[in-house]
Amino acid sequence: MSTHDANGPTGETGLERHGDGHGGLATHEEAQVPERFENPGLPQHQHRVSDVDARAAKRAERQVAAMFGLSALGTIVTIVAYYAVQLDEEVSFDTYLGRVQLSNFLLGVGLFLALFFIGAGAIHWAKTLMPDDERVEYRHLQRGTEETRADAVRILQEGADESGLGRRPLLRNTLLGALALIPLPAVILLRDTGPLPEKALSTTFWKAGTRLTLDPTGEPLKAEDLTIGSIAHIMPEGIEEAEHPLNERAKAAVLVMRLNPDDLASESEDGSYSGIVAYSKICTHMGCPVALYEQQTHHLLCPCHQSTFDLTQNCKVIFGPAKRPLPQLPITVDDEGYLVAKEGFSQAVGPSFWERG
Amino acid sequence: MSTTTTGKVAASTGNFLDERIGASKLVKAGARKIFPDHWSFMLGEVALYSFVILILTGTFLTFFYVPSVGHTTYEGVYEPLRGQTVSEAYASTVRLSFDIRGGLLMRQIHHWSALIFVAAISVHMFRVFFTGAFRKPRELNWVIGSLLVLLAVFEGYFGYSLPDDLLSGTGLRIMSGIILSIPVVGSYVHFFVFGGEFPGDEFIPRLFTIHILLIPGIMVALITAHLFLVVLHKHSQYPGPGRTNDNVVGYPFYPVYTAKAGGFFFIVFGVTTLMAALFTINPIWAYGSYDPSPVTAGSQPDWYMGFMDGAVRLTPGFFELHFLGYSLSLNIVIPALLIPGIITNLLILYPWIEAWATGDRREHHLLDRPRNAPTRTGLGVMAITFYLCLFLGGGNDIIATHLGLSINDITNTLRFLLFALPPLAYVVTKRICLGLQRSDREKVLHGRETGRVFRTEDGEVFELHEELTPQARWVLVQHDAVRPLALDDGEDEAGVRRPGSRFDGIRRRISRFYFEDRVEPVTPAELAAAHHEHGAHEAIEAEEERPALPSGQA
Repeated sequence: MSTHDANGPTGETGLERHGDGHGGLATHEEAQVPERFENPGLPQHQHRVSDVDARAAKRAERQVAAMFGLSALGTIVTIVAYYAVQLDEEVSFDTYLGRVQLSNFLLGVGLFLALFFIGAGAIHWAKTLMPDDERVEYRHLQRGTEETRADAVRILQEGADESGLGRRPLLRNTLLGALALIPLPAVILLRDTGPLPEKALSTTFWKAGTRLTLDPTGEPLKAEDLTIGSIAHIMPEGIEEAEHPLNERAKAAVLVMRLNPDDLASESEDGSYSGIVAYSKICTHMGCPVALYEQQTHHLLCPCHQSTFDLTQNCKVIFGPAKRPLPQLPITVDDEGYLVAKEGFSQAVGPSFWERG
Repeated sequence: MSTTTTGKVAASTGNFLDERIGASKLVKAGARKIFPDHWSFMLGEVALYSFVILILTGTFLTFFYVPSVGHTTYEGVYEPLRGQTVSEAYASTVRLSFDIRGGLLMRQIHHWSALIFVAAISVHMFRVFFTGAFRKPRELNWVIGSLLVLLAVFEGYFGYSLPDDLLSGTGLRIMSGIILSIPVVGSYVHFFVFGGEFPGDEFIPRLFTIHILLIPGIMVALITAHLFLVVLHKHSQYPGPGRTNDNVVGYPFYPVYTAKAGGFFFIVFGVTTLMAALFTINPIWAYGSYDPSPVTAGSQPDWYMGFMDGAVRLTPGFFELHFLGYSLSLNIVIPALLIPGIITNLLILYPWIEAWATGDRREHHLLDRPRNAPTRTGLGVMAITFYLCLFLGGGNDIIATHLGLSINDITNTLRFLLFALPPLAYVVTKRICLGLQRSDREKVLHGRETGRVFRTEDGEVFELHEELTPQARWVLVQHDAVRPLALDDGEDEAGVRRPGSRFDGIRRRISRFYFEDRVEPVTPAELAAAHHEHGAHEAIEAEEERPALPSGQA
């Protein structure tokens, strides 16, 4: 209350008495010039047409009613559309898609009309027909009066004294101890949300002799199937029979590319077979599939964060947020001439984690 | 129904409620509560209404969605997918889109609404920031709002991950990568969260519970508290004639805002529905069920995750460290955990940082015009610029393909701009604010340029300026000129520290940073002096301008 001084409530606005066109401006003729301008008070209220003209008000009323009518029409459109466009009949796929589209369109437009014009009508009503003279409400400081605050402190102290919290430190300390421990079961109970990682992140479905098969057909691949410059998306043979095929696919995906053997770096030659090399397709950054291959530059690009790996440099990172090269899967051919893994990956594939090393 | 019947029903309902919950007291206290009017106050309303729309449409979606990654062969109506092995989550989402009448509409309203929700919260937050509405006594509501925007972002991300399509699965793969990067315990946290390796069978059902129960529950509680505090504090208002720090000028809740705000809910719902009727969003049937080995080029998250994806894209790989047989993926920890963490903390703490610099303990209910707080406005634009650089980074591949530029050049340029642009934006914004304040002063001192040119008998030519009305002038002169805190270095003559003065040096520097450059509002004395100076012109202006005064002035 102490905040309302000279401008305290004197009428509807409390400030209207300043709204006389001269505001608080002290002209230089006056002897005392105030330090700051004074609030001139609310400007004079301008009446709307609908306030002074009964016909305009009637017109506004009709407009609002028309909008509410339009909303009702929208509801009817929605209901009719729901039954008129059926989605359970045997029709050709193209017709069916057309119906889904039509149903979505009609239901949506109907609902739009139904919703929008309730809102538009209500707002038009408020703006044209409800009073638009500004009103003033006074604020009060958030803090209580000194008396209330003193009372509150006294009550809290009394309560604390009654409970004996201050006098009985043993109670306080054991309670705090018990409360500190209580979250532990909540953490412990989450233990069975998953197994421990153990070696899972470092092993894949690839073993020595596992055939390279095309994804998704599952056909094994011979060296002569690949021309120089070509690329194939590869999975280990039999991966669909794994216990968790998707988990295995998330680690075992491999890209096989054939290059001119002269283009290969010396360190990748060991695992290659006449210019054919296999590299993990799982990005060493965050695990997205590195699926884009630029045949001319021999660059592999991850579409998620644009890490770029150079095939001719043993898939070293040449740009982007990844740090480690894509691990190479050493390959050879078996007796029948099919491409097989010489051995599994020698390191964990995919994104880094603390104990990966 | 006749008026008397209506009256009787109202009376008996009112009596019923009053005798049980004291409704008359609530009506008396609240129904005529005054709210100020301004378009920018509707931004928060858009957010609130979008939340309601999300709950309504989301509930519909749960009736058909199956939260399981159990494998099934798709046999539905969408031909290109027939015979494929897909997850039940994916199959049920496709079914919901193609076989259920109105299902596609509800899904699209839900998704559009989520985008609008986060956008509205963000813009609402800008409004609150740039007008200083977060100042005492509203700091706690700023904190609640900050938590809500954080939850909204996660909620959106979890939501679009649920259909288990190729795009959203790729998004989850990135989350899996981020969790793995947590130092020391990353792989353990991953195995507990995902129930084992990625993608596993557990994650989608768990995400579902978090998305439809846990986070919305917390959000409802926070939104309730947010609105309660708005009512408790009474809404802040823009400065203007008749508006003071001690009053609130506007229209009553009942009936004006019941109609306006209630109506606005229907407008927001209607417009979102129209978007869903006309524009496809997230066509998961075209992406296919999630499989961790394929991916599409141009994979993009929803817009509100873009800044984080951008931060990750812009961080070079050399931040990943290998030592003593361990890996520390700072190339992920910094952009995906540290930067969002710092942003959130600065956001939450900002009201106290500024209050410390001003040393101001008063309550503030009159909003600042952004130009009158040049440093704050500059800092805000700086933060938005930083965010936008990250956001553009998240779209570097799209920019590259659409503009035919090298992705490496774009990335390197953004790496540079991320550090260069924000300070520049700060300086430019602050200068613009100071310039606008000077132009305000100019207008107050010399009046409005009328465009009418006058020539005296002596041949002197000048433009007539029209003095502002007291109401128009008040807007330009009402604000306080905040000056830097006058703090000494906290030591007396003997070199002994005053108690509580430990940080006075920093505080003085921060206060100077905020308020050293300032343009103070015109005082009546300055205006009088200006009038005096132009006394000769004024006589002519006075006779010229009388009839030109607006009629509402009398």
